[in-house]
Amino acid sequence: MGVEGIGARVTRKEDKRFITGKGRYTDDMVVPGMKFAHFVRSPHAHAKIGGIDASQAESMPGVIAVLNGKQLAEDGIGNIICGWMIHSKDGSPMNMGAWRPLAEEVVRYVGDAVAIVVADSKAQARDAAEAVMVDYEVLPAVTEAAAALEEGAPQIHPEAKDNLIFDWGLGDEAATDAALAEAAHIVELDIVNNRLIPNAIEPRAALGVYDEAEDHYTCYTTSQNPHVARLVMSAFYNVAPENKLRVIAPDVGGGFGSKIYIYPEEIVCLWAARRTGVPVKWVGDRTEAFLTDAHARDHVSTVRMGFDGDHNIIALKVDTIANIGAYMSLFSSATPTYLYATLLSGQYRIPNIYGNVRAVYTNTAPVDAYRGAGRPEATYVLERAMTTAARELGVDQVELRRKNFIREFPYQTPVIMNYDTGNFDAILDAALEAIDYDNFPARRSESEARGKKRGIGMSCYIEACGIAPSQAVGSLGAGVGLWESAEVRVNAVGTVEILTGSHSHGQGHETTFAQVVCDRLGLPIEQVSIIHGDTDKVQMGMGTYGSRSGPVGMNAIAKALDKVEVKAKRLAAHLLEADESDIEISDGELKVKGTDKSVPWFQMALAAYTAHNLPEGMEPGLKEGAFYDPQNFTFPSGCYICEVEVDPETGMTEIVDFVAADDFGNIVNPMIVEGQVHGGLAQGIGQALAEGTHYDPETGQLITASYMDYQMPRAQDLPAFKIKHETTACPSNPLGLKGCGEAGAIGSPPAVINAITDAIGNNDLTMPATPAKVWKAMQN
Amino acid sequence: MADINLTVNGRTVSGTCEDRTLLVQFIRENLGLTGTHVGCDTSQCGACVVHIDGKAVKSCTMLAAQADGAEVLTIEGLASGGELHPMQAAFREHHGLQCGFCTPGMIMTAVDMVRRHGGQLDEKTVRHELEGNICRCTGYHNIVKAILAAAEEMGAGAKVAAE
Repeated sequence: MGVEGIGARVTRKEDKRFITGKGRYTDDMVVPGMKFAHFVRSPHAHAKIGGIDASQAESMPGVIAVLNGKQLAEDGIGNIICGWMIHSKDGSPMNMGAWRPLAEEVVRYVGDAVAIVVADSKAQARDAAEAVMVDYEVLPAVTEAAAALEEGAPQIHPEAKDNLIFDWGLGDEAATDAALAEAAHIVELDIVNNRLIPNAIEPRAALGVYDEAEDHYTCYTTSQNPHVARLVMSAFYNVAPENKLRVIAPDVGGGFGSKIYIYPEEIVCLWAARRTGVPVKWVGDRTEAFLTDAHARDHVSTVRMGFDGDHNIIALKVDTIANIGAYMSLFSSATPTYLYATLLSGQYRIPNIYGNVRAVYTNTAPVDAYRGAGRPEATYVLERAMTTAARELGVDQVELRRKNFIREFPYQTPVIMNYDTGNFDAILDAALEAIDYDNFPARRSESEARGKKRGIGMSCYIEACGIAPSQAVGSLGAGVGLWESAEVRVNAVGTVEILTGSHSHGQGHETTFAQVVCDRLGLPIEQVSIIHGDTDKVQMGMGTYGSRSGPVGMNAIAKALDKVEVKAKRLAAHLLEADESDIEISDGELKVKGTDKSVPWFQMALAAYTAHNLPEGMEPGLKEGAFYDPQNFTFPSGCYICEVEVDPETGMTEIVDFVAADDFGNIVNPMIVEGQVHGGLAQGIGQALAEGTHYDPETGQLITASYMDYQMPRAQDLPAFKIKHETTACPSNPLGLKGCGEAGAIGSPPAVINAITDAIGNNDLTMPATPAKVWKAMQN
Repeated sequence: MADINLTVNGRTVSGTCEDRTLLVQFIRENLGLTGTHVGCDTSQCGACVVHIDGKAVKSCTMLAAQADGAEVLTIEGLASGGELHPMQAAFREHHGLQCGFCTPGMIMTAVDMVRRHGGQLDEKTVRHELEGNICRCTGYHNIVKAILAAAEEMGAGAKVAAE
């Protein structure tokens, strides 16, 4: 490992612009003649639109246009799509209703966009939007998934009878039932996975620019995957052909999944830019983010886990109702199915598993993938069941887990996944040591002496990243491939530019991706630049989500570097009159092994571009690309242990210690990996303790639509984290990476809840475990 | 309309804006200083923190007109002569930022925190005083570390200067 190569704790190259206020986010973009948009949104959860009267708004100062869904339809702009087909158990395709970028006839959730106002200033656009009169006939609304399935519930889309989108199953139900019938002990639990609102601190934004002379569109937007946005806007929404549409995702202020999707606003801003002839910028405010960013989780499940007389798990059956919201967002169907039930085996040998998922429309914001996406839900189900089982069986929670660990790899689960590697004992041991598990009873006594209730809880998770080989996801219903691309451009002076299809919105790619290059070519990190986020500069790529920038994006770079290395060595061998197989690259030089003959990297690069003296048949230049398609999912795993103190007077929980021990495979930059874990933990602990999304069940109004009502985790709500790593290199990719972006949010919620229920001696507790809920649970 | 005269980052600036214009809008849109960010509508997130006459203030909580005559320091004015402020350097050194969106507000809050406590800060105080700044990326762990490190350095600097 070099000082800047793989494994080095390199400070971030991108930081200078952010700490000096020179970051360039979508709202910072200014183009000549730019005007401002405000969306008219439904104040009702469910209503028919009788008509829209914009006459007063249109006459207000500064107003350029008020445009509605009918005009959008007249111009042939298509429906917003869901990119993953799921078939129900009976073989029928999912029942997807239409999602119009601007609602024409019916609005289905509070915040559904019905019109756009374009004006000279933001304030004028906002003023005029309030003067747009929409005639609504209010319809009954339903916000909870189980209620939406009940007879007589409001019907949200004509395509989905009884609001059921699909009724899907994975695993062998008959075998699972038979095993449960034989079980010596069955653990039964009702589990609620609370709805979350992602809350990247930068609100979503879009700036649409239309060049009439070239019939060309440019969209600056807060996207995690600008190429996917271009593909979808071109192929499905008829905004513009791909070669006439440039999508730029500049600095993006956090995503966590919520900026994967192509939302109505960017489509409408581009379309409005053409209709009005002026560039149109929309910047969402926080209320709009709460109302319209894709929400997350929202599962209600029943779990049955069967054990034999020797405490081996013999069967697991899970029945889940997933709230999809008012429309099917891009990955909304995959999140509660193939990203969820496929992980129900966890770290354990479970010979029989069956998961059933019913996906349901409600009059709430669309629900889609958010940090972890399906895997937190699976982990929460499994790890609450494991701790509950340990209590019911009267065995130690550590020993019950250890007894059922998978120890031989590869391991084929009954729910698709083939785990390639892992060492669950090692991560468990690392976590136990770091938290000083053995001395917990003494700490509990000490807390008791101070009148506090102390508890310890754990969670052993496994997850799947990447996401997967394109052919495999295609066979499961994905509408896209999940490879990644990279191009390595060696300039004539030897500096290197990497064009990557991954997108950084906080992950530090400009540093870690450069480290991969430094490691291979021995160049100083200043000589390597990373280019991303612009479809005019970078070849087609799939973007960043599912912790895929490492295991897929960086491996694409490694593959392209292979090709660069081959050509560079061949050229150096020619220049040095040596054999190609004798050339090695290190410290910015190409050397002939065992001799003092060498050529500096920059001279070799220059020779490639002057082309005065190339080996016979070699093309000039030095630029290579690769598309890397993973061979398998990658499987990060970990053990998280949380220790809490609960104040019995107030029900207030304090996290007094938290250990995260993870196996992410090889690590490119430990500083950045630790940062990813910290952030994930904060989101997972936020889910467990604080973040609750509340819709009024009658009116469908979002009660928690601001930071005053939706509790974001603050610095004082969180502890300093203890982070540990154990490494089993991933065998399915060249760099041995497993991915680290989501683990913190996946493993932490059950660890926190298991700790609180341990402290208070009552297992009947739902997230978020607010002081009121905890206090109430303590009274029972 | 309001005529505004301010000193921003040591330079005298003036402009005209609607009476209802918030200071943050004036800074971003009239002055083009886009390092100060807007992350919410309710003065909770702290992405817009600047210094007004030496004190940390959320620039979304006041009208531009109310800041008339004031001395404003934004994130762009914190480094001097190409030298990063110790707080900026500490955020980089300790990986106290990821997406960078909350960072300007965090740094401006942190600088004021150190000033008020004279460099005598502990973890609990830092965590408590970050109540008005929300970060969704870092879990605050490295932000707290960065502030404590910078406080120590700034405190030591102040001590040397006093001697």
